[in-house]
Amino acid sequence: MAKDLMINGATHRVDLPGEVPLLWVLRDEIGLTGTKFGCGVSACGACTVHIDGEAVRSCQVALEDVTGDITTIEGLGTPDAMHALQTAWVDHQVAQCGYCQSGQIMQAAALLAQTPDPTDADIDEAMQGNLCRCGTYPRIRAAIHTAASTMKNAG
Amino acid sequence: MSKLGKITRRTFMVAGAVVAGGVAFGVYTDRRTSANPLTVDAGESTLNSWLIIDAQGVQIVTPRAEMGQGTQSTLAALVAEELDVAWEDIRVLHGPPAEAYYNGAILAAGLPFADYAKTGFQEAIGENLEFIAKLLKFQVTGGSSAMADGFVKMRMAGATAREALKAAAAEQLDVSPRALKTENGEVIAPDGRKLSYIALAAQAVEHMPKTATLRPASEWKYIGKSMPRLDMVDKSTGTAQFGIDARPEGLRFAAVKMNPRLGGEMRSFDDSAAKTMPGVEKIIDLGTGVAVVATNTWLAQQAVDAIEVDWGDAPYPVDSTAIFDVIKASFDDDPNAVLREDGDAEAPLPQGATAIEAEYTVPYLAHAAMEPLNATALYTGDALHMTVGNQAPVMVQKNCAKALDLDVEAVTVETPYMGGGFGRRGEYDWTVLAARIAKEMQGTPVKMTYSREEDMRHDFYRPGAMARFKGTVKDGKAVTMDGKIAGQSCAQQAMGRWLGLPASGPDKAHLEGAFDQPYTIPNYRIAGHLADLDVPVGFWRSVGSSFNGFFHESFIDEMAHAAGADPLAFRLELMRDEDPRSYNVLEAVGKLSNWNGPKPDNIGRGVAFTYSFGTPVAEVIEVEDTGDGIRIKRAFIACDVGVALDPKNVEAQMFGGLVYGLSAATTGEITFADGKVEQGNFYDYDGLRMGAMPEVAVTVLASGTAPSGAGEPGTPPAAPALANALFDLTGKRARRLPLIEDFDLIL
Repeated sequence: MAKDLMINGATHRVDLPGEVPLLWVLRDEIGLTGTKFGCGVSACGACTVHIDGEAVRSCQVALEDVTGDITTIEGLGTPDAMHALQTAWVDHQVAQCGYCQSGQIMQAAALLAQTPDPTDADIDEAMQGNLCRCGTYPRIRAAIHTAASTMKNAG
Repeated sequence: MSKLGKITRRTFMVAGAVVAGGVAFGVYTDRRTSANPLTVDAGESTLNSWLIIDAQGVQIVTPRAEMGQGTQSTLAALVAEELDVAWEDIRVLHGPPAEAYYNGAILAAGLPFADYAKTGFQEAIGENLEFIAKLLKFQVTGGSSAMADGFVKMRMAGATAREALKAAAAEQLDVSPRALKTENGEVIAPDGRKLSYIALAAQAVEHMPKTATLRPASEWKYIGKSMPRLDMVDKSTGTAQFGIDARPEGLRFAAVKMNPRLGGEMRSFDDSAAKTMPGVEKIIDLGTGVAVVATNTWLAQQAVDAIEVDWGDAPYPVDSTAIFDVIKASFDDDPNAVLREDGDAEAPLPQGATAIEAEYTVPYLAHAAMEPLNATALYTGDALHMTVGNQAPVMVQKNCAKALDLDVEAVTVETPYMGGGFGRRGEYDWTVLAARIAKEMQGTPVKMTYSREEDMRHDFYRPGAMARFKGTVKDGKAVTMDGKIAGQSCAQQAMGRWLGLPASGPDKAHLEGAFDQPYTIPNYRIAGHLADLDVPVGFWRSVGSSFNGFFHESFIDEMAHAAGADPLAFRLELMRDEDPRSYNVLEAVGKLSNWNGPKPDNIGRGVAFTYSFGTPVAEVIEVEDTGDGIRIKRAFIACDVGVALDPKNVEAQMFGGLVYGLSAATTGEITFADGKVEQGNFYDYDGLRMGAMPEVAVTVLASGTAPSGAGEPGTPPAAPALANALFDLTGKRARRLPLIEDFDLIL
């Protein structure tokens, strides 16, 4: 099926079978490789993107079911203009292998959009679906708190 | 000191043959400098194997790959420290497969000696092994050895280049090189004139000295400081390039389905359904499995899933029970090695002594790095280009060349970031599959990606293992510890796989973490029994220490309890005269955790210590009975890494190592049924999640003159510290892993 997708503010026309998951449309078709494949079954969160601001696992959203604007890690911020979360990630030196971090940051961004000043329990609940085998959790937690405070002060 | 010196020269020679692959010792006389493998374009200069200067400035070429451990940033810091480059101007590349990048520290770590009690003779043997590593082109990222290997080498690369740049500037400015200073990528004359490294590079190539004086620690500006990692912005913005992100022009995508009975044949397959599926371009018979090449990874995966295959049998027993029966039976065989034998472990029980014994079991484990195995390959008829995150590029190059009947020189290997390695990417099996697929697609680059299930079910697993320990205590003190450890040898299996050499000799990796611990116990014996099984096993973060840490430290804890002693005080007493560095680490974790502080009834506290990869690490874990289950509340880590090159990164490696250990200890288990691995994805082989992550505090000590390991040594004490904490809370000993089987843990 041919379909127009709005991704990071730009329209992309793709022509693929409707059941192809958004993850593989982004990665293999469009070349937005910041979104990662980790499990294919919504068990690790590495493929998390936003659809209309809501965090979803892109490995579980079929192309034919996509309705709404998509934001990927590349659309959240860039190396020259980072989102507050990305700045906090750098300040806290969160990443180790870094493979899960796009998903972690997109999940955290959705959390902060809904809960601007999250407690540790809020963070635990929101981030439970995002696996990090390197074990960067303490710094993820700290970075989310820092970003929350930066965004509050800026807002 | 203990009597580890009992190991004779002869037994060492056998061990050396195992470690180094039987290479004759004469090679240690090979003191020539390795050729610089770097090729540069016009306008670029390479001063040595670690440096390219181009129009943008300095590129540092690291011999080791980045898999999350921060190695490339710290290796770059070592070069920059001497070269005087501004941190923000540094760019890092991974070196191509080449002898110049051999790892001179990793083989010495395989010698069957306790690191903390090394003698001069043992040191000398280790240095000889460095030359064997060179001969073998042993370019490997692993064994927590990059800093030990690179500490002098990388600084010397920077210092000699600096002197060459100064010599070039001295010619241009007609002043003495001694009058010149260097700063932020420029040579500065006494009168303030400045020449950039970029302008001097071509001329500096002619002035490279063999050696230069390294700066004293008191002058370091990068080493010892926590520097922002060079990969951090890219990894926080989705712009970092992992192997799986390769996108050469005209790329096709492949998925594979290999025999889940590992090592078994493929009898037949039916691809009639797959052939007609959307996007499918080619189906390839790989002999022991099949591959589909398609226009999209997911379409390739769907098609490969639709292929019906009749699989042959596995060369090992069909299920976990039968596999563990073989492991258990190996206790009755002669030991492969007794690597510690202090006093007489069979002396009669002294009067008034208490004897205890225990049997422990740990399962096979998968590496389960976040990035599934993948490789991108382009075959052009007479050459092959591989883009693959890997820990051993020379091995990838050699084996891909062999599979495609190419000269080694016809294979190039690019090593991007790895989304975790943990030892799995030190193998080469999957890269050869990608190369073989590419051969069938001549002229078209193909990216092969394993599904998570394929990745988890085709691992070289951390061996399952068992231990039987006997001990005696008297008057609150340890008298005897007699331990036997049984399991497959990952070292011997790997030597056969990597070097095609028969396995023999004492296997250190099987006993490390148990025989080499800095405790003074009057009668102390540790023996290894090897189970003859063909389950594929390999190196998993911290290798033998990953299970021996659990066995040894659980039993020390049982001995402390039998002696009526505090577990921390009991260990300190045993360590006092054996190794001050270890003693201090244990004492530090006691302070950090307020070990002797108040402890409510619903709190349990456990301590464990393991000396591995040159680094003593002690961990305390606190568990809490919440009423709804037990949660891991807090964790404390103290370590001594000799020289803390980047303290914040060492801290990250330590708590990361802890999490890797806790993930395995709580739920990690690979089991076999019908010859196949039963687990397939993170829902049945999970890691610790945010909600289960304890608060963590780390103390990094640095009492030495050279750095020791950081990536692995945080892992071994995690399981026993948690197990000992659960005993403290519940009175029940944890003698098998994973703990979720026996304890009501909140995860």
